[in-house]
Amino acid sequence: MTRVGFDRQLSEIQEDMLVLAGMVESAIERGMQSLRERNLELAKQVIADDVKLNDKRRDIEEHCLELIAMQQPLASDLRTIVSVLHITVDLERMGDHAEGIAKVTLMMADEAPLEPYVDIPKMAQLASQMLVSSLEAFKDRDSARARAICDMDDEVDTLYDSVYRKLIEIMIEHPETIERGIHLTWVAHNLERIADRVTNICERVVYLVEGHILELNVSKY
Amino acid sequence: MDREVPPVPELKVAVPSSMQSGEGGGAIPAMFAATQYLDEEERILKPAEPALFRLSNVNFWYGHKRALADVGLEIPVNKVTALIGPSGCGKSTLIRCLNRMNDLIPGVRVEGLVEYREQDIYAPKIDPVEVRRRIGMVFQKPNPFPKSIYDNVAFGARVNGYKGNMRELVQQSLRQAALLDEVQGDLRKSGLALSGGQQQRLCIARALAVQPDVILMDEPCSALDPIATLKIEDLIRELVKEFTIVIVTHNMQQAARVSDYTAFMLADETGAGSLIEYGHTQEIFTNPKDKRTEDYITGRFG
Repeated sequence: MTRVGFDRQLSEIQEDMLVLAGMVESAIERGMQSLRERNLELAKQVIADDVKLNDKRRDIEEHCLELIAMQQPLASDLRTIVSVLHITVDLERMGDHAEGIAKVTLMMADEAPLEPYVDIPKMAQLASQMLVSSLEAFKDRDSARARAICDMDDEVDTLYDSVYRKLIEIMIEHPETIERGIHLTWVAHNLERIADRVTNICERVVYLVEGHILELNVSKY
Repeated sequence: MDREVPPVPELKVAVPSSMQSGEGGGAIPAMFAATQYLDEEERILKPAEPALFRLSNVNFWYGHKRALADVGLEIPVNKVTALIGPSGCGKSTLIRCLNRMNDLIPGVRVEGLVEYREQDIYAPKIDPVEVRRRIGMVFQKPNPFPKSIYDNVAFGARVNGYKGNMRELVQQSLRQAALLDEVQGDLRKSGLALSGGQQQRLCIARALAVQPDVILMDEPCSALDPIATLKIEDLIRELVKEFTIVIVTHNMQQAARVSDYTAFMLADETGAGSLIEYGHTQEIFTNPKDKRTEDYITGRFG
């Protein structure tokens, strides 16, 4: 016996979730680009796109609730739907953090660039990699990989520490940079939060595959 | 579902093709986990609570046809244990082994050990009537006697020569079966005049009146509507405080709602049923260990 319609819908919610993840990754990338290039139009676009991202998240939630109500999913089906529900919430919040970066771009619009951005681009790259890897782990049902990704969060935390210290040093030496420095610490904070939310995705992958709800990562922040 | 999907942004980091687009990507596996058949010690739990029944290597034959193959499990006291599985998997046969109800069918044979309170209930000195008094049963279709409500409940106690206050016993049994409030005004009314759900609760009251220790329920709600079903389910959760309950059900949601432990059975190609997985109900329904259990409860069996 198969459940063709149900299986198709189960695939749909997972594919939609991956589409949402792609939107989030793009928001992070474009948010950072807008900051680097002082591209206000791009920043406004990222902020505007967050609405689409939120809508997509809500659509997925509605679809999940419909499946729970109509299909009474159990075992791995249930774990899949519950995981998608949790992960999409995390993705939406990551989108908000990416939007936060774009807002910083707008706030810094009239200020001269504060170069270099220390390790902030590296943080962004690492956070994006973690995001993509976590969804690959989801797709491949690879809980070992999900656990390994959580270790990368420590690297992001370390980078955040160093960015924070470095920015404080710059601000002390050049008090005229304080406003810009503070804005950049916000960017770093947003990236740190994004990476931390990836570890939530990884926890859901472990739940999906192994059936246990674990706290894989106790973040420093 | 008709929804407008926002355009998919281009991804910068190498990702699986299916992640790049909602269409044309690689298929996402609908199922995973519980992909293996496990050894017995991994898939059959030994409950932490004291065992009221202990079955080992139970085999059962209807004539030449083996209906149960090497079933072994412990049924804990004051818990609801559900037996689930497709038709013909031996769950009704198994529940009927627990109070020797199968003895009444000609040509049957039981092998192995069925212990109740550490006594082999198939031992020669054991009186099957006493077994059935201690281990009561409720069946699929409500089967009240064509007698008054009062006489239905009092029947078993009278047969057993009950010496106490019969009126109190009847009232107490009806109360325990959550029926008293609905019938108190007229206990002389025929049991057959009640609704299906009430009739089933009357049968439960009748079973309780002989003061059993265990109540076996063989699909007790399959002939009832959803409201009457929920009443019986609530009743089961009340009764388990005093009794041990074993229930056979085809309704997996019902097993999930009412039971503490769930046993999943499956017949082999010869039609002999065996125990595939036994564990905490929550585990069985959220994270079954054996692939066969996973397939059955997610509706991908067969």
